[in-house]
Amino acid sequence: MSAPVSVILDSWNYLVVICLMMGGLFIVISQNNLVKKLVGLAIFQTSVFLFYISVGKMAGGTAPILMKSGDAAYSNPLPHVLILTAIVVGVATTALGLALVLRINAAFGSIEDDEVLAMKAADGEPRGRRGEDDAEDQQ
Amino acid sequence: MTLAQVIANLPALVVAIPLLLAPVAALAPVAGLGWLLAVLGTGGALFSAVMLMGATTGGKSFSYFLGSWPPPWGIEFVVDPVSAFTVLVMSALAFVTTLFARTALLAEIAEEDAGKAYSAWLLACGGLSGLVMTGDAFNLFVFLEISALSSVILIALGAGRDRRALIAGYNYLVIGAVGATFYVIGVGFIYAVTGSLNMADLADRIPQVPQTTVVMVGFGFMMAGLLVKAAIFPVHVWLPASYAFAPSAVSALLAAIATKASLYVIARVMFGVFAGLPDLAGFAAEFILVPLALAGIFLGTILAIYEKDIKKLLAFSSVAQIGYIALGFGLASTAGLAAGFIHIGNHALIKGGLFLAVGGYAVALGSRVNLGSMAGLGRRMPVTTTGFLICGLSLVGLPLTAGFISKLYLVRALLEADMIAVLLLVMASSALSVVYLWKIVEVLWHKTENDSAVAEQPALYMPLWIIAIANLWFGVAPAPIVDGAQRAAMYLTGGL
Repeated sequence: MSAPVSVILDSWNYLVVICLMMGGLFIVISQNNLVKKLVGLAIFQTSVFLFYISVGKMAGGTAPILMKSGDAAYSNPLPHVLILTAIVVGVATTALGLALVLRINAAFGSIEDDEVLAMKAADGEPRGRRGEDDAEDQQ
Repeated sequence: MTLAQVIANLPALVVAIPLLLAPVAALAPVAGLGWLLAVLGTGGALFSAVMLMGATTGGKSFSYFLGSWPPPWGIEFVVDPVSAFTVLVMSALAFVTTLFARTALLAEIAEEDAGKAYSAWLLACGGLSGLVMTGDAFNLFVFLEISALSSVILIALGAGRDRRALIAGYNYLVIGAVGATFYVIGVGFIYAVTGSLNMADLADRIPQVPQTTVVMVGFGFMMAGLLVKAAIFPVHVWLPASYAFAPSAVSALLAAIATKASLYVIARVMFGVFAGLPDLAGFAAEFILVPLALAGIFLGTILAIYEKDIKKLLAFSSVAQIGYIALGFGLASTAGLAAGFIHIGNHALIKGGLFLAVGGYAVALGSRVNLGSMAGLGRRMPVTTTGFLICGLSLVGLPLTAGFISKLYLVRALLEADMIAVLLLVMASSALSVVYLWKIVEVLWHKTENDSAVAEQPALYMPLWIIAIANLWFGVAPAPIVDGAQRAAMYLTGGL
């Protein structure tokens, strides 16, 4: 097997993590639709879950259950527990985000970032420096 | 349970009391009961924090093992001069703003939402205290998210008055979640090479790790995430809108305590967890924290000068003031850290007081407070305005106010580090902050057609005056804050 192929195979999990992480972050930044932003956020967080689980995996390791023989190699269980917590946090974040999008849709009649921001700008005083506020909010 | 047992459990109680009362408050059938539970929760936390501060005099430190699992396996809450000082400042301000919330919150949100609002309020207070107390890197992430999600709920509650609060809340949620996830990625890298999550254990193990690149990447991710949470320029973008559109009481609570906890964590990570790698922490301090702090100071001050909406103006000013704290930390010296911690305490007093005063104006006016609507309020609401002025002068750093003490120690730390150019920039930015304060003061005494006095409610101006008097008190007798901050700084740099 040539060197590049084995590098890819050896670090397959991490390559997937990098793709998901960058893809998710890109969606959060680039998408105009508020729900799609949350989808991107969820993908971004999921990549981190995969990263932790990959770190905890030991080649040839079994599930961390205490056995009579006592000399088996175990995978590290702690990352799984941590990620269980992180998944709960992720669910809460997504749920709260979707609830906010619902309220934004009810208040503004749109969930497109640029339309909502235009209406938001119109809510402010006309003499204010609205252009600058929009630049902040879009980041 | 005996008194000794209660005292032994204080480190957990300072976090647990607000967190446990939060679900009860959500069920409160009337707003008054919810408020009473919030006062109990923040009051209990304040009492615990005072006891903890007393227990750490002389630089003593101890830790509380959650579930009696000893570290590094279990999660520990660390009580040392640093965490005790920060948690005391935060609990005190949380308690005073809770007193203010009784009238102010009901003026801006629906009565049936009040119980749930106090629930989120308690969750935010408990989460932020947990952020300070915890000695576990991953547990910190959980508290980061508890406080962030509850803050988002509180900010979005401003939607009853102004629908823009929903967007501010949404943006804070997304930006905050990305920041927190960056922090978790960093912790993952560090965990992969050390196999530990306990901060004290990490500090021992990190210098021995051969894979220095992984440690550096982990450090970078953790710091990037924490900078977002602390609203340091250029990742402060969530802060101005959040403070501006949240209900007044919420603005006061968040401005007083929210970013302070994250700033404390930055100090803890840089000078505690990564203390074994002084080159790495020193590089981050000198080439990242100091330039970003200076940029934030000037950007925040200049945007504040041009802003007309008072809450947004104060939020921009917060970006600048957070810059002063970060600048102190960036000096990476005992004097610099002490200056940072002093300003954590004093800025909580200053900005908390200013937002309480603006909250008082907002309730009296029944509308957003901007330079136009607050014209003449100096004559119409003299009690609130005097409190506002005291806190404002403290913000500028007039002698005999707490703000002056902050500036004094920051200037001393800069002189000690021979950073004359930075010192001149700090002086210039202080002068600029006079401009936006003067802009407000001038308008307050404008002649207006409507010159009738507004009935000022004691429930609104008493909390403000507690903080205003504290601003004067700690300006004349700064020993409690200065000593606490210096002990914290010496403890972090290993001098205690």
